[in-house]
Amino acid sequence: MPPRLRSLIAWAAVSALVVLFVAALGTVAIAPAVGGAPASAAGQGGAFAAIFYLLAAVTLSGAALVAFARNIVYSAVGLLAALLGAGALYVQLSADFVAITQLLVYVGGVMVLVLFAVMLTHKITEVRISNRSFGLVGGFLLLVAMGPVLLSVALLAPWRQAAPGPLAPTTAAIGDALLTRWLLPFEVASLVLLATLVGAVIIARKELKEG
Amino acid sequence: MAITLAHFLVVGALLFALGLVAVATRRNAVGVLMGVELVLNGANVNFVAFERYGAGGVAGQVFALFVIVLAAAEAAVGLAIVLALFQTSKSIDVRQADLLRE
Repeated sequence: MPPRLRSLIAWAAVSALVVLFVAALGTVAIAPAVGGAPASAAGQGGAFAAIFYLLAAVTLSGAALVAFARNIVYSAVGLLAALLGAGALYVQLSADFVAITQLLVYVGGVMVLVLFAVMLTHKITEVRISNRSFGLVGGFLLLVAMGPVLLSVALLAPWRQAAPGPLAPTTAAIGDALLTRWLLPFEVASLVLLATLVGAVIIARKELKEG
Repeated sequence: MAITLAHFLVVGALLFALGLVAVATRRNAVGVLMGVELVLNGANVNFVAFERYGAGGVAGQVFALFVIVLAAAEAAVGLAIVLALFQTSKSIDVRQADLLRE
């Protein structure tokens, strides 16, 4: 049996397992979770749900690209999609400041760093070769082993829920909280950033040989 | 069907799982760092969702902000280490990175 056919069969088997698992979860777990949930807030219409599903699809397909793409550049683009989708989900969760921060720090900063690292550490011709993962089948098996645990916790646990209020800006409240209750962590975070700045420069610079 | 807490928790759980898969299966060190970013984002989605649908207040969003700050720091240091590794060994395959110095 050629290895290509074998890997195809493994792929099909694993995806069938995933589909079976999701279907089982949908019939067993969704019903009690929905029954226990409180009524949703006013103004959460069908458009809200449609946008949520669209954003979740963008986020998760980007994440899947990060995990399973063979080309590291595709992984970087997938990470971009995942980060943008997660930022948009924050908007749906009424966390506008976190969403903007996500956009500035992750999409503007971390993504540029990642792309720099990708471009600096590869000759373009080597891109395909040097990103082989340990094995897509192994990765899928890990996903199948871990997904049920996390999803059953997320869906079955009796979370204490309250109906969310209307979407409202939270920047002022976050500023107050950062300068009162979370002042010490805020200052420690600035120290961490300073240490990171110095440490990254020291690690990444070229060693100058003496003499 | 209205969007509830469980929907966001599922998205967070799947982000976490896919990120962990990337961390565990990638040979490329940059890919491993991307997986870490996904894991942290999954946790962030959970923080903000719990705050929105449960506790109220802004504590969840403040936690998410701290996670973002630490993720940025981790990415900067991690990528600096990757670059240093590439300069010394001309490879960023994590299976070959078994030396602390030349």
